[in-house]
Amino acid sequence: MIEFLPPGLIMLAGALLIALTRGALRSAVVLTVPLITLWVVWMIPDGVVATATYLDYQIQLVEGAPVRRLFATIFCIMAFVGGLYAYRTARGYELSAAFAYAAGAIGVCFAGDLITLFLFWELMAIFSTIIVFCGGTERSRAAGIRYAVIHLMGGVILKVGIESVMVNTGSIEIQAMRATDFGSWMVLLGILINAAAPPLSAWLADAYPESSPTGSVFLSAFTTKTAVLALILLFPGESVLIPIGLFMIFYGIIYALLENDARRILAYSIVNQVGFMVTAVGIGTETALNGAAAHAFAHIIYKALLFMSAGVVVYRTGLNRVSDLGGLFRTMPLTCICGIVGALAISSFPLTSGYTTKTLISEGAAEQGMVLVYYLLAAASAGVFLHAGIKFPWFVFFQKDSGLRPKDAPWNMGLAMVIFAAACIFIGVYPDPLYALLPYPEDANFYKPGKVLFYLQLLLFSGLAFFLMLPLMKRTLTLSLDLDWLYRRMLPATWRWFAGALDTIRDKAVKDLAAARRSLGDWFGTHWGSTGLFARSWPISTTALWIAALLAAYALVYYI
Amino acid sequence: MSDVSDKKPEPEQVVAGDNHWLTRPATIRKLWWMFGGVLALTVVAQFFIPIKGKFALDSVFAFGAWFGFGACVLMVIAARVLGWWLKRPEEYYAELGIEPPPQEKERSDD
Repeated sequence: MIEFLPPGLIMLAGALLIALTRGALRSAVVLTVPLITLWVVWMIPDGVVATATYLDYQIQLVEGAPVRRLFATIFCIMAFVGGLYAYRTARGYELSAAFAYAAGAIGVCFAGDLITLFLFWELMAIFSTIIVFCGGTERSRAAGIRYAVIHLMGGVILKVGIESVMVNTGSIEIQAMRATDFGSWMVLLGILINAAAPPLSAWLADAYPESSPTGSVFLSAFTTKTAVLALILLFPGESVLIPIGLFMIFYGIIYALLENDARRILAYSIVNQVGFMVTAVGIGTETALNGAAAHAFAHIIYKALLFMSAGVVVYRTGLNRVSDLGGLFRTMPLTCICGIVGALAISSFPLTSGYTTKTLISEGAAEQGMVLVYYLLAAASAGVFLHAGIKFPWFVFFQKDSGLRPKDAPWNMGLAMVIFAAACIFIGVYPDPLYALLPYPEDANFYKPGKVLFYLQLLLFSGLAFFLMLPLMKRTLTLSLDLDWLYRRMLPATWRWFAGALDTIRDKAVKDLAAARRSLGDWFGTHWGSTGLFARSWPISTTALWIAALLAAYALVYYI
Repeated sequence: MSDVSDKKPEPEQVVAGDNHWLTRPATIRKLWWMFGGVLALTVVAQFFIPIKGKFALDSVFAFGAWFGFGACVLMVIAARVLGWWLKRPEEYYAELGIEPPPQEKERSDD
C-alpha cells in the first residue's frame, strides 16, 4: 500500500538525474528537486502512509509525525541551500552523492520500522563516504577509508541490535525503548557512533575537514542529526545519554580550543553541539525533547553557514590552518559577516537562532531540578562562545594581517550564506513558526529582560576571558591525539613491529637452517660422499678377500 | 560560469602593513574601552533588571559574569594542560609512511 511516494526516493531520483545530466539542466535539477521533496514532505499526514513487504516483513516506508516532518524539512532546506552553494563549483558526482546522502537522511526521518531505518542509514554511510573521497587528495582518500570502516562497523552493530530486538519483542516497529538488554544496547551504540559520541568521536573531525569546501557543508548536516532524531524516536528519557552528551559538549570545546585547522575547529564544535541535543534527549521531558528538535533544526542552519564561510576561505585561499590565515575581513566582508552571524548563533547570542532553541534544553534541565546538569550547560554555553563564537571568526578574519587579499565569495555561495544568515536571525527574533513545528506544544518566551541580561553577562564575559587569555591560545602546528590513535598509530605500529619480529625470526631460521643443512651435508659427505667410507669404490681384490673371510667364518660356524 | 574555472592559482597578492583603520592601535584602544563599557553596563544593569535564578548559586549577583568568565578561564587552562599531553606535530600520523603528509588544497580565484 503506497499512498505516498517516499520523499527519500524522490531525492534519490534527483541524485540519479544529477549524475545523468550536464550544464544548465543539472543546475535546474539541483535547485528544484529539494523543493519538490519539501512539498511532498509537507503533504504527508500523521501515521503510516506507505508500506511494503520485504523479506516477509511488513515494512513501513513512510510514517508521518511532527518531529519527523521537522527533521525532513530542514534536510530538504539544507539540500536546497547546500545545492545553491555548491552547484557551480562541485563536481557532478559530488553533487549526486550529496543528494543521495540527503535522500538517506530524509528516508530515515520517515522510516516507520527498524528495517527501513537501517536501509536508509546505510545509504547515508555509503554516500557520505563518497563525499569525503571527493576531497580529491591523498589525505581525503585515507580519511574516507577510515570513515567508511567506522560507519560500516556502526552499521553492523546497529543491525545486530535490530535483529536482537526483533527476536526479543517480535516487533520491528520504531517505538520508545530503554537500553536494558543486549539488543537495545546495540541499537543505542549503533546510533551513538553516528552521533560521534565517545569513545568513537574522532571519525568526525578526522574526515569532515578532508572533504572539499562544498562537501563539508553537506557532511555537517545529515549524519549526526539523523542520529539525534533516531535517539528522540527510540530512546527519549534514556538517562545514560545525559553523561554521554555532557562529555561530548566538553570534549568538543577542549579539542576545538587545541585545534589549528579552521574546518576542524568547526568539526569539533559539531560534536559539542550534538552533545547538547544528546543531553536533551537524555533529560527526556517535553521541553527538553522540543529543545533537542529545535536545536537540531537551528544547528543545521548555523553550522552549515559556518562551514560555508570556512569553505569560501578554503576555496579562495587553498589554506586550512588558521595560523596561515587572518585579516581576511578586508577583502571578504560578506563571508566575514555571515561567518560572524553563524558564530553568534552557535553561541546562542540573543536575537539569533541558538538563543531561542538551545535555551529550551537548559530550561528542560532546570524543570527537572537537575542542578549540576544546568550549571554544566551554562558553563558549556560560555565555552561555545569561546571555542567557536569568537575563536573561529577571530583567527580566520581578524587576528593578524596574513597579507592575503582573496576575493569574496562567488555570487551563489554568497547568496546561500545570506539565506542561512537571515534564517539564523529570523529564528532568533521570531521563533514561533519553528516552535509550531515542534513535537510538543511550546510557548516559551526567552525575551524577558532578566533572561537576556543573564545571557549577555555570560557571553560577553566569556569574550573578555578569550581576549585576556589569547597568549595561552597561541596557534601551534600540531594535531591532537584522540582515540583514533588506536587505529592510526598503535595498530599499524604494532603490526609493523610484529611483521618486523616475524622477519627477524624468519631470517634467523633461514640462516640457522642453512647452517644445519651445511653441517648435515658435511656429515653425509664424509660417510656417503664419493670419497666416503660407504660410497667410495673398493679394489676387486679387497672384495674377494672379504668374501673369502666371510666364507671362512661361515664354514667355521657351521663346523662348530 | 566565468568566475569558477579550473585555471591554476595565481600567486598571493601580499600587501604588507596597509594600516586599515580597524587595525590601528588607536582604534583598538577605543574598542577595548567600548567593550569594557558594555561589560560594566551588563553588570550595572542588574541593579535595575532583576535576574531570577533557577537555583541558589545562580541567584548570586552577576552570576552570569563571574561564572562565564571563570568557566572560560578554567576551560582554556584545561585545554592548555591537556595540550601538553595530547598535542603532536602535524606529521605525526604520516611518520609511519602509511598516511600522506599534510598538504594544501588547490586555491581558486576569480
